[in-house]
Amino acid sequence: MRLESRDSRPLALVILYPVISLFLAGLFCGFLVMLSGASPLSVFGLIAKGAAGSQFALFETLTRATPLIFTGLAAAVAFRAKLWNIGGEAQLYAGAVMTAVLGTGLLPLPSAVLIPLLIVMAMLAGALVLSVPTFLKTRFGVDEVVTTLLLNFIMILFVSMLLEGVLKDPSGMGWPQSKKVISEAVLPRLIEGKRLHFGFVIAVAAAFAVWVIDRKSALGYEMRAVGFNPKAANFAGIPVNRVLAKTALLSGGLAALAGFSEVAGLKGNLTLDLSPGFGYTGIVVAMLALLHPLGVVAAAIFVAAVFVGADAMSRSAGVPSYIAQVMVAASLLSMVTAVMLTRYRLRWR
Amino acid sequence: MPAVLRLSGITKRFGALLANDNISLSLGRGEIVGLLGENGAGKTTLMNILFGHYLADEGSIEVNGKPLAPGSPRDSLLAGIGMVHQHFTLADNLSVLDNIILGTEPFFSLSSDRRAARARIAKLGEDFGLAINPDAVVANLSVGERQRVEILKALYRDAKILILDEPTAVLTPQESTALFDTLRRFAERGLSIIFISHKLGEILAACSRVAVLRSGKLVAERDVAGATRNELAEIMVGRPVAPTKTELQTPGAVVLSLDGLSVRRGTQQLDGISLQLRGGQVIGVAGVSGNGQNLLADVISGLVQPHAGSMSMNGNRLGAVSPASAIANGVARIPEDRHAEGLIGDMSVTENVISEAYRTPRFSRRGLIDWAKARRFATQIIDDYAVKCPGPEAQVRLLSGGNMQKLILGRVMANAPSVVLANQPTRGLDVGAVNYVHEQLLAARRRGAAILLISEDLEELLSLSDEVCVMYRGQMSAPLSRADTTISELGLMMAGHGFEHREARHAS
Repeated sequence: MRLESRDSRPLALVILYPVISLFLAGLFCGFLVMLSGASPLSVFGLIAKGAAGSQFALFETLTRATPLIFTGLAAAVAFRAKLWNIGGEAQLYAGAVMTAVLGTGLLPLPSAVLIPLLIVMAMLAGALVLSVPTFLKTRFGVDEVVTTLLLNFIMILFVSMLLEGVLKDPSGMGWPQSKKVISEAVLPRLIEGKRLHFGFVIAVAAAFAVWVIDRKSALGYEMRAVGFNPKAANFAGIPVNRVLAKTALLSGGLAALAGFSEVAGLKGNLTLDLSPGFGYTGIVVAMLALLHPLGVVAAAIFVAAVFVGADAMSRSAGVPSYIAQVMVAASLLSMVTAVMLTRYRLRWR
Repeated sequence: MPAVLRLSGITKRFGALLANDNISLSLGRGEIVGLLGENGAGKTTLMNILFGHYLADEGSIEVNGKPLAPGSPRDSLLAGIGMVHQHFTLADNLSVLDNIILGTEPFFSLSSDRRAARARIAKLGEDFGLAINPDAVVANLSVGERQRVEILKALYRDAKILILDEPTAVLTPQESTALFDTLRRFAERGLSIIFISHKLGEILAACSRVAVLRSGKLVAERDVAGATRNELAEIMVGRPVAPTKTELQTPGAVVLSLDGLSVRRGTQQLDGISLQLRGGQVIGVAGVSGNGQNLLADVISGLVQPHAGSMSMNGNRLGAVSPASAIANGVARIPEDRHAEGLIGDMSVTENVISEAYRTPRFSRRGLIDWAKARRFATQIIDDYAVKCPGPEAQVRLLSGGNMQKLILGRVMANAPSVVLANQPTRGLDVGAVNYVHEQLLAARRRGAAILLISEDLEELLSLSDEVCVMYRGQMSAPLSRADTTISELGLMMAGHGFEHREARHAS
């Protein structure tokens, strides 16, 4: 068995293969559900209902998708330039820390000034966190997979230190959490009484912005060129290291927005359980979206729906909600396989 | 003459491409058959089928009258087929002896009978005139010697049929002649040889019979005696071929001047290179590959900073160089490796042709690229240079080598460059594309550009260049006028004649 490169990629294949692959992933998960003694159809039905069956469910899914859009965009931007940023989690917390430091009363400004300022400062914090590994990569050739990954743990311990120290809420009954952000820093709810907040709008706008950068700007062109063939990019006079540095600023900034929007839009304060691995799940989202910025929005909503739906399903059907992890993982693997098969064909000898 | 090898009706398809179309060919004992064809004609596919790397869709192979199991390199080896690849498959850090016996020893044996192996290699070397020190480490051998090791390796495995894939690509003309003598000696001793090449002169010099492939079909099979170059060229290409001609032209002012350039990178070095390029003049650089030509190209391209010496453009001394500064100074750069450096295969034609100019006002404003303009530019190059591709949005990696080279030409010639640096611009191209590239270089010369042509193809150098320099171990000879130099003279210089041996200076 071997792989042969395809001469062309018919559009039909590019659409059909991912659809077939997601269907196969569904079949596989259905089989697992059967093993746990439930009916696959009813379980999938419950997941769909839990994710989108009511206004409440739908808004809950979109709320959960918001940070995933940001971290998914961060991964997509970096991966396009083959900057392997595994540190979305650290950059997310950097944005969250900045929001908690500046948004809890240090700057008594009106919303119209404070919120844009927080956005910019959070992005700078995330950009800074990713700049360090990127500098080590371009200057000394240090593998950024290792450094960005390890920075995640450093950052979480750093946040823990802050929450036990300077940022600790004096009226928090001893819990490791920061003070609540002041009301001027809170992102407005999109619909009164629901948890869905303005962060979702910012996330979708960010996806469009990244899409425009990617398609229209010289920077987007440079990032793609560097990602596809750094040697040829360098030969053509594209400043490879500078492009990687700019990529890091953008990617780190986007991941930090996830932290900002969770603190200012949803939780209200900085806690150690702010992110249940949004930074890592963002990588899955980006890969599912084939690194396309608008695809990231769809993929983030899909992944969020599976998680939210599976939570609801497990309460009523008794199948462990871990099935959500399996579903997302199976979808990812089959999606990646499908993409490979649009580029190569399998030959049995 | 009894046939030792018979290929019958070999057909191989890759998707829609018919790489081998019903090819039948036989090889007699003690015969040297040339397999001639352009790149992509199907020579390598046919040999890979013979050697078991590919599986033929149809057809069969017989060795000494016995059918050969398809798709098994091991069976091919056991049947006595030996292949000497264009790119050597030797382990650099092992000795000649180790390289030759590698893979022939029994797996479950703790000791190997090196004494017997040594004796056998000595005997083979004596019998076939391939003397070599079995204890030498391969890394220290010259390219010609490494090829000898490759051939010995095949003989050691009792090869009766030797396949040589473009064996002269890495040799000086003198080494090639020596190789042909060796091959004839093999044939006298009953070995049969398939000699793959796209160089007509070599086929005429080395072979007794020639088989010509064109677009996967065997279009001719004839004795070499009585054949002429032009006849073979026409059969190979399928139409009359007109050689490129250069007209006399008085050289203009000095455009680019290199003054004592020295730099070292890995095993390659430049050792005090001085050269003046004048407008309207082609200077050729000859040399066995790895003698500093690529380093020289990289310095002029702006990829490598010289450690010592300087470069001037139109009399102005250049400071630190970069690819961007080279482009800004009007240096058109045709890199040696189209795939690795010249183009970005996963991007479109449009994206590739603007890669050196996307930041200029021509294609972008305030950081946004004007894709409509870029597409028009791409369409114009496709039309002007007759690039065969579905359109400006086509992915470059799907184009043929010749069409890729046309894109690069279109990109770098767009701004009427004052210097053209062409590093192996026709390597791997078919005859039609080669002529096209030559014409473009000569057109640039007529416009008054200074052209530096680095090539390992001496015929190409002598047909295009006004003057030829030879590089040897990082040094460069004085330019020789084309009129009073010959291929054999260049060959001697490529082997180091006439160069000072001053390695000691760099021993630090």
